[in-house]
Amino acid sequence: MSEILLELRAITKTYPGVTALNGVSLGVRKGEVVGLIGENGAGKSTLMKILGGVVSPTSGSIVIDGVPHAAMSVRQAAQAGIAFVHQELNLFENLDVAANVYIGREPRTGGFLNLVDNAALHRQVKPLLQRLGVDFAPGDLVENLSIAQRQMVEIAKALSMDARVIIMDEPTSSLTLTETDKLLQVIADLKAAGVSVIYISHRLGEVKACADRVVVLRDGRHVGDLAKGEIAHAAMVRLMIGRDLKSIYIPPKAGPREGGVAIEGLVTAAFPEQRVSLHVRRGEILGLAGLIGSGRTTLAQALFGIVPALSGRIALDGRPLAIRSPQDAIREGLYLIPEDRKRSGLLLDMPIAQNITLADLRRCAPAMLVDTGREGEIAEAQRRSLNIKAPSVATDAVTLSGGNQQKVVLAKWLSMRPKLIVFDEPTRGIDVGAKSEIYTLMRDLADNGVAILMISSDMEEVIGVSDRIAVMHEGRVSGFLERPDFSEHNVLTLAVGHAAREEAAAHA
Amino acid sequence: MLKKELGLLLLILAVGAITGAINPQFLSQVNLMNLANQIGLFGLISIGVGLVIITGGIELSVGSMFALLGIVFLDLLINHEIAWPIALGLTVLGGTALGTVHGLLVTKLKMQPFVVTLCGLLLYRGIARWYTADSTQGFGYGGGYETLEWLMSGRTYGVPHTFMFLVLVAVLMGVVLHRSVYGRYLFAVGKNEEAARYSGIPTKAVITAAYMIAGTLAGLSSVFFVFYTQSVSPSAHGNFYELYAIAAAVLGGCSLRGGEGSIVGIVLGTVLLQVLQNLVNMLGIPSSLNFAVMGAVILLGVLADQQLQRRRQLKLARAGAEARSLARAESAGAAA
Repeated sequence: MSEILLELRAITKTYPGVTALNGVSLGVRKGEVVGLIGENGAGKSTLMKILGGVVSPTSGSIVIDGVPHAAMSVRQAAQAGIAFVHQELNLFENLDVAANVYIGREPRTGGFLNLVDNAALHRQVKPLLQRLGVDFAPGDLVENLSIAQRQMVEIAKALSMDARVIIMDEPTSSLTLTETDKLLQVIADLKAAGVSVIYISHRLGEVKACADRVVVLRDGRHVGDLAKGEIAHAAMVRLMIGRDLKSIYIPPKAGPREGGVAIEGLVTAAFPEQRVSLHVRRGEILGLAGLIGSGRTTLAQALFGIVPALSGRIALDGRPLAIRSPQDAIREGLYLIPEDRKRSGLLLDMPIAQNITLADLRRCAPAMLVDTGREGEIAEAQRRSLNIKAPSVATDAVTLSGGNQQKVVLAKWLSMRPKLIVFDEPTRGIDVGAKSEIYTLMRDLADNGVAILMISSDMEEVIGVSDRIAVMHEGRVSGFLERPDFSEHNVLTLAVGHAAREEAAAHA
Repeated sequence: MLKKELGLLLLILAVGAITGAINPQFLSQVNLMNLANQIGLFGLISIGVGLVIITGGIELSVGSMFALLGIVFLDLLINHEIAWPIALGLTVLGGTALGTVHGLLVTKLKMQPFVVTLCGLLLYRGIARWYTADSTQGFGYGGGYETLEWLMSGRTYGVPHTFMFLVLVAVLMGVVLHRSVYGRYLFAVGKNEEAARYSGIPTKAVITAAYMIAGTLAGLSSVFFVFYTQSVSPSAHGNFYELYAIAAAVLGGCSLRGGEGSIVGIVLGTVLLQVLQNLVNMLGIPSSLNFAVMGAVILLGVLADQQLQRRRQLKLARAGAEARSLARAESAGAAA
């Protein structure tokens, strides 16, 4: 057993009225990858903030190289070699890679002029990038990099600070499958070089793939440790939620019905040379898989009138629709639950009630004046039926957890008459319990005759929830899968465009 | 929500009481009615500019609009001898048209509101000065508009009509902003334009309408101001008035980031600004310090407000943590 670099002993953190952490202990050895899992609100973030010196524990101690500390400052944490790769990346998009890596620690030149020594800066950053095997240069602007590349910049930054422990918080939530594999490879390299990693993720498959040990938190308590050999999906889920999760597929009550939304030869500005055709039937959940950037979100936006389609036809129950704006789509009962709920789905600083009634305000506004009593009733009814956990509908949306925020976005549409609902990454950043509630809701909607199009990058979700899967690759649908053919391998093959290439070869 | 406005009201009363104690003339009917007249004149345009600020935009051109539209109004009424209802109507519509152009440039051509209205400020002032060759325009010996003069600058039971008109517009706009569907959309667009668009709100129309309302109120105000100053000197008329309006809106709780503000707040902001101006005269402070007093008070006011906001945020965060722990407790209960 190698030396313990870092140890948290019986850490407790209480906020007024809330115990965020209750006697949590955690040790990290040199060159070890520790998976840290737990539902949202389990205390992972607080624990990591304590490690980073952002938050002081109420009691307990932090032992670094055998020296106990009651609390750490951000500076001490950095000196101890603790670095973060954040869920929301903290990079300056307007600066280049090198400047970001050494931000605040730039090599200087020019004496009292205090100029940045750009040549030295690039010289220092280059070997770090080589070590990570990335495909961009120190002089590239961060705004031109993909999310995966930006993450590598963050990791390079950590390495430049001689980090011994790198904490990664949901690093793959916006990565494609290949990018995820690349990241896991980098983690393996870091581990081989003696760098420890604390890997926080909701994606249990990745945790299983990279962790030497898994630590599970629930409700601020340390509820279990899994050694390498014991790391298995079911065991992790059981510890996280304290119960076994049933298989997530809920079969439809009846088969898909006639009608639904047919898209024919749709062309968008993002992929002007590709034509997309697909049909979502009423009563079915059509999963839309594909790599990030394969055109799934653009398709959803075209369907909802956010970005106008260049050509092609959209028909509802055989009747052609002209959709040029979200208003047109909403009038026809075509709704979108957007990918980024904080940016496009919610008015965070406004009460839940106002969020819920926003799309259909006229209904509680006879004579164009809002009847707040009626608004409250409509919102309250939705809050109950969707089990939104909040003190009241007058609470601001910003105070809710991710799962409950998503339910508010959903509630906005459910009080109207949906024909088709497009869910774009419906459970991103949402904890396991709320996830299954959302899946149940989707199935209920489908059983009531709504057509559901679910865009998802989460393989477990695509395979577990869909009745049928359409896979996109570079702006077109590369294939459809029926339930018996569902497998990670089949989806992936279509997502990287293999099937199509074989077809082309067969034609040639 | 109303705490902010209440605080502002208390501040106004405190400032008023102190000024009144030092110089009882402050509370004389003559002074109060003059004050009411000023509040009426500046309040109208503050409401318009406040609406634009709630969308997250800004309107810098109202001072220049007063000059240009004032000139247009006098030209129509005196030089072209057009009947006053038509002259009044055309002037107000002129304001509406300018506001609409601003709104369309901002929404359709995606220009920044600051740039659009800054160019308006320069353009309208320049056109006004060129059209009149920089000479002051007045009513001269014209006649036939006595009714309008009474409406615009008269008093009833000693109360200036400008003030009455402000109350009328404030009540109307208060209902529009705080009760109507349009008002709700305005706040939604100001808070998060993208989420508003994803909810099917015609965001461009909502924003354009705000500039249109501001332009209309500016058109109306310019007629009030012509009757107040009795003449328009194109290089000085209305100078800095856009800043009075912005200051009143910000003092009244409008956030320049958009999505926040109230009509009561904007009106109280105007009241405070005018009380401060009046106080400078009443307390014998050199009138050259006028702007300095205003600047200092706004700075302190916004600073104090920010401190209060931070406390509110802390409380919110705590409520959020409680809500989440409640949710956790419930889901744990469901699991058990």
